[in-house]
Order: sequence, then structure tokens, then C-alpha cells
Amino acid sequence: MKTKRRTMLYIPGNNPAMLQQGGIYGADSLLLDLEDAVALNEKDSARILVKNMLNSISYYNTEVCVRVNHLDTPFGIEDLETIVPLQPDAIRFPKTETVKELKKLIDIIESIENKHNLPHNKMTIHAMIETALGVQNVFEIAKFSKRVDAITIGGQDLTADMNIVNAKDGSGIDLARKMIVMAAKANNIDAIDTVFVDVNDEEGLRLETEYAKKIGFTGKAVINPRQIDIIHEVYTPTEAEIRRAFRIIKEFKKNKDAGIGVFAIDGKMVDAPVVARARHTLDLAEIKY
Amino acid sequence: MKNAINREIPNKIKYIGELEPFMGAWEKLKKGWMDEISVPPPNKAKLPHQKKICATLKEAILKTNPQNGMTLTYHHHLRNGDDILVKAISILAELGIKDITLASSSLNESHDALLRYLEDGTITKIWSSGIRGELGKAISKGILKNPVVIHSHGGRVRAIHTGKIKPDLTIIPAAAADEEGNATGAHGKSAFGSIGYARIDARYAKQVIVVTDNLVDYPCIPIGIRQNFVDYVVEVNSIGDPTKIASGTTRITKSPMDLRIAKLAADVIEHSGLFIEGFSFQVGAGGASLAVAKFIREKMKHKNIKGSFMLGGITSYCVEMLNEGLFKTLFDVQSFDAEVSHSLLNNKRHIEIPAALYANPFNCGCMTNKLDVVALGALEIDTDFNVNVITGSEGNIRGASGGHSDTASGAQLTVVVCPSFRGRIPIVTKKVHTVVTPGESVHVLVTERGICVNPQYPDLEKRLNKAGIKTKKIEELEKEVDEIVGTAKPINFTDKIVGLIEYRDGTIIDVIRQVAEF
Repeated sequence: MKTKRRTMLYIPGNNPAMLQQGGIYGADSLLLDLEDAVALNEKDSARILVKNMLNSISYYNTEVCVRVNHLDTPFGIEDLETIVPLQPDAIRFPKTETVKELKKLIDIIESIENKHNLPHNKMTIHAMIETALGVQNVFEIAKFSKRVDAITIGGQDLTADMNIVNAKDGSGIDLARKMIVMAAKANNIDAIDTVFVDVNDEEGLRLETEYAKKIGFTGKAVINPRQIDIIHEVYTPTEAEIRRAFRIIKEFKKNKDAGIGVFAIDGKMVDAPVVARARHTLDLAEIKY
Repeated sequence: MKNAINREIPNKIKYIGELEPFMGAWEKLKKGWMDEISVPPPNKAKLPHQKKICATLKEAILKTNPQNGMTLTYHHHLRNGDDILVKAISILAELGIKDITLASSSLNESHDALLRYLEDGTITKIWSSGIRGELGKAISKGILKNPVVIHSHGGRVRAIHTGKIKPDLTIIPAAAADEEGNATGAHGKSAFGSIGYARIDARYAKQVIVVTDNLVDYPCIPIGIRQNFVDYVVEVNSIGDPTKIASGTTRITKSPMDLRIAKLAADVIEHSGLFIEGFSFQVGAGGASLAVAKFIREKMKHKNIKGSFMLGGITSYCVEMLNEGLFKTLFDVQSFDAEVSHSLLNNKRHIEIPAALYANPFNCGCMTNKLDVVALGALEIDTDFNVNVITGSEGNIRGASGGHSDTASGAQLTVVVCPSFRGRIPIVTKKVHTVVTPGESVHVLVTERGICVNPQYPDLEKRLNKAGIKTKKIEELEKEVDEIVGTAKPINFTDKIVGLIEYRDGTIIDVIRQVAEF
């Protein structure tokens, strides 16, 4: 079973307390941020801090990603030179727009890995789509390298890039969301939804997460630990869903032995895709079948 | 001499006499009575229609004939909003009274101004359940010749019964009172809710003064303090600042860390075997402790479980749970805001209780003895599960014993909730500076980095593990914390003892030594 990425918790790279505590909140994945969360005059200190934290703090079994600055900035290369040798689980690359720049990124990462005698298959890359151009190229980006194992959407930047003013209902980026999910699924990798910015609106978060789940996102980025449990609840199958999935698997096995591929439960057709969904439900609930 | 938890205790303190070492959390209770004899309360008399009203606090104090070496007792229901204690002491100082023993149920930042009276010898001895602010710092540095005694809320009642605290005078601020001295905290502009801590003082003090900023027509009801114990009544403009009376600790925290700890603690409680119909429950105010109530409330609704009673310090959050029918009764020894006062006044299932009924170990059933689950905080906890709630990381007195050891002793499940470290200060440590609550009465520690069950309770650990709750050894957690924050340099103390920590049964569980100057 693949690592679950229901939640990815953003942690500003220049905040020692939050970096220190990142592993305790039960997020599936942590995102130590050197990019937008860090002011220009703090870039170097954040880089040093994240480096030392990666060397000294246990994040238990949580996946750890580091978001580096873009290669167009004065900080991108140094970020990579500092972070790549430490081999976190993943590097997140912001504002990915073209395959060309993704190739450049991977070349740099691999040359650093060569220098340190590190393998090329351990640390993965998350490509973050935050512009209209990136959305248009997302399928090629998702397909380009086996190292890319997740595509994420940066809703705030994308909204700005598209000059959308009144964006609260998310309708402006709805097509982008769906294109990103489609590109990710077509390449069998994860798609992570954007953050929900109002940390006090628990109901709003729940609704948006339910929507993200419905259209196929694997999980959602998180800006406050308080959001984690709500997202996990949405992504955790209910008891009724689990019971039904069990029944489907059981009936499927029985029918399969009798040579029947399509059958009905409670008057509803069950065929191979329904069985696949049932398996996915049990996987999410971490139940063996 | 060494006590049962291996802490060095002096044999004797001059002004107190022989000290009895701590023998174990329940050792002294096993006999069924205590060897110390209760002292009789005073027998007083008033002539028919004799007036009790005095024009000023000074006039009332003068009538009580204050003497050098007297003991003044006081309640702390007004918390940080208290205006009366400092005034009372300044009057006594003005009258030239020296060598006062101050026995307030607690002392906090609103009493910082008392410092000068510690310096000039007006106050020379202190008994209290807690000392915060400037007084705590000064006492830790050795300002008093005699060590202060820190007792629990239940232990205070025992200390008065046995004559260790001999109240000559008590001054009782009340949110409402009548001319005979019937008094309550439940209504008035300075309403502070329960007046439960003052009941023992009213019963035992040779002289009792009720001070109110809300003199009402006779009789003042509900009657928290009864007229037959009261000598004098004073009306003042204000007994305190109501905005500071509400402690601000009644809202659920938004700190992700506290919420995380609280959620883990609620999971522990849920699977402890005690989360069943009719269970009783107590939480502290503020931080992770109160937040445990938030998650327990959700779980009770989800599982349709109704509890019996909530006990102790009552917050508006407890009142909401009572009103929702989640608990049948609130037993309120101390309340925290105006909303609580309203409930105390109007809801017959919200019951004011005195400290004796709350937690005095030496009677036939204090309510902490009937408690199923309590969630408590800690300043420090060590690998023997001993808890410090009195001294801070610099060795200074800055906290309160309160009902910590009382409830831990009584509850079937004592859950300590705290972060494993704060800033760079380890909270889970090899040895706490000061033991207030003995580890044997703590069942489980819940921190953000792990849940540790006291090895004395293996069945609980098995039960939790079976429910899928992971636990770790407290020594492992301590090591993990040590790796993150590093080992602190030990605090330098002198040999002078500045405080005695009295366990609820009157034995001495630990001492506080003077912090050495740099």
C-alpha cells in the first residue's frame, strides 16, 4: 500500500518551535517551507534552520518534504545544494510551468546527488502548479519523470495569476483542479489540493475537503494543525462504507469462484470498477482483506 | 530523615514542631481516623439586636482586637481581582501589628503589594495552597525567616481542624451579604460564584469579618456563609475588579499543541474502562486540561453517555455540559466567571460545596474520593510520575498545589496532561524539583510526544494497547526530550528551607530550598 497523503502540513522554515513540533500532529506529510512562508531577509536563516532540524529532529514516521525556492530566484540553487544531500522524502518545486524547467531542476538535483554518492531513486519530487501556464502543461509535467510522484495545486497563486478577484467559492480554479487531478491520475501519482485559508471555519474546510475528495484529490494541504483531524475524518471511510466494501469483496470472491463477473448487491450492479473502489475504501481504512 | 519517596525532610521546624514524613498516598487513611485531635471551634456570643455593621474595614479590624503573632485567614475566590487582602494587611501594619501568620487559601499576582509587609516583619509566616507572582519569587530567595507551608485544598481544612492553622481573624469578601453576615459569592457586581473555601474559616476563626460591595436586605440568600459565625459586616465600594475575577481560562484553547494533547487524553479516557454511563469527571481550567472536556463532551454525545457529576473548579464550559444534560450535577467549590455564578444561583443541580466536603481526607467521604476521572496539568513530571505544580524552572515558587494531590488521590483514573517540554525547558524529567503529587496516584501521562502509563497500573496499559492506543515507557520519553532540549544545568540552592510541601494528610512530601543568588 502506498503512503497516505491525506494531509500535508505547511511549516514555515524560519519558525523553530513549529519545526520542532511538526511531527506530533498526526499529519501524513510535512512541508518544511523555504519559499513563500519565509521573508526575503530570512531565506538564509530558514535554510540553515531546516538543515539542522532535518539532522536532529525526529518526525517519527511522517513523510517530510522541503519546498525550495524557484530556480529563477537567487535562493533556489543554494536551497537545493543544502537540502538535497540530506535526502528528505521529497522536494517540492514551486510554480512549475514547463517540462524544460522541471528537467533543469532534476538535472541539478541529480548532479548534487552524484557529488554526494546518493541514489537518484530515493527522494521524490512534488511539482506544484500555480499558474495558468502550469495548468496547461500539467499532463506533460506529471508524465516527465518517475521521480515526480505528486502534483499539487497552489490555489492562492493560481487565483492571482488568473486575475480572479472574488475567489472565495473556488469556481475560478475549478477547471484547474480537475485538470490537475486528471493529469495525476493518468500517470498514477498523487494529487494534493490547495490550502483552506480560514482556519476558524471548520465547516467550510469540511465542505471543501469533501469536494476535493469527490473530484479525486488524494489529500489536501494544511496550514494549521487544527485542520488535520477534519481532513482525515473526510478521507476516512465511514463504518457503513467499510461494511459495504467488505460485502462487495466477499460477494466478488464467491461469484468469481462460480465464474460470474457481474452481479448485484441490494439491486445495484457490481462489476470490476466497483470492486476496485471497495478495495480502495478498505485501503484507506487500513483494513486487510 | 528521608520520606517514602526518598526526599530529605527535616525532623522539626521550630514554629511548627515535629514533622511527619510522607509515607505513601493512602497510608494514613488506612486506619480510618487520624491520630491528631480536632481542636474545638470557638464559642462566641452576641447580645440581642447587637449591630454587626461597621463603617469601615479599619473599624471592624480594630473591634477584633488584633495582636502581634495573630493568624489571619482568607479565601482566594476573587483570584487576580482581589482588592481586600492587601487593604486588610496594610491596616494591620498601620496599627503596628507584627509577626502575622497569613493563611490565605491561595496567593496570586493581585497580592504582589504584600511584599513590603514581608520585608518589614508584618507578615512572618505563610500557609497557602499556592503562591504566585512577586511573593513567590521573594520567598524563594529567602525573604522570610520561617518556611512557608504549601498545603492542598483538602489539606487546608485538615490543618485548621487539627489546629496547625489557628485562625484568630478571618476576613471574607462576599459578592453579597446582609447586615447579619449571611453572605454569598453568587450574585452582585463582583459575583465570583462559590464561596466554598471560606466556610471552614468562618467556622473556626475567633473573629469573622464579612466584607461586601453589595449589602442586600436581610436575609441574603443563598446562604454560603451563615450569620451565626459572623462577628462584623463591612460595606465597601468594591471588593475587587470583576474583569480579573473571571480568569479568562474558561475558553477552549486554540493552541494546536494543547488541543492535540487533550484529544489524546480524551482517547485514553474513552478506552480506560471508566467512560461509562454515570461516570464522574473533573478538569482544571485553561490549557490542555480544560480542552479535554471539549473532546469528552463530543465523545459523550457521540456515544450517548450521560455522566453523574462534575467536580471542583467549575468553568462555564462545565455549566454548558450540565445544561446539555451530559452531567446531572455540578459540585462547585470554586467557580470561574459570571456565567457560572448565574448557574449556581439558578440551577438547583449546580451545588456549592465547602472545601471539607470537596477534599478533606479526614472525614467519611470527601467528594474527590468518589471521582472517576480527573485530567490535571503539571509544571514538571518525573520518571516516577511524581508531579510538580509549585516551583518553576528557575526553582522559584510560582504555582499552586490546589486540589492536585486531592483529586489525584481520589480519582480512579488520574490523567496528567502537559507538553513534554516548553520552549527549552523539559517538563518530563528524571527528577522534579518539588514533589506535590506522588507518582503512585498518577495513572497516565499524556504528552504530544507520547502516552506513558505508570507501570504500577499494567492493566490500564494493556487495555489501552488493546484499543489501539500506543504507549511508551516514560524513561524513553524523558530521553527523547533530553535529546531535543539538552540537559539543563542544575539550579543552585542553599541549605535554607523556604517552603514545606505538606501532603493532604499532613505529612511532608518535599521541601523547597532557597534559590542561590548568581
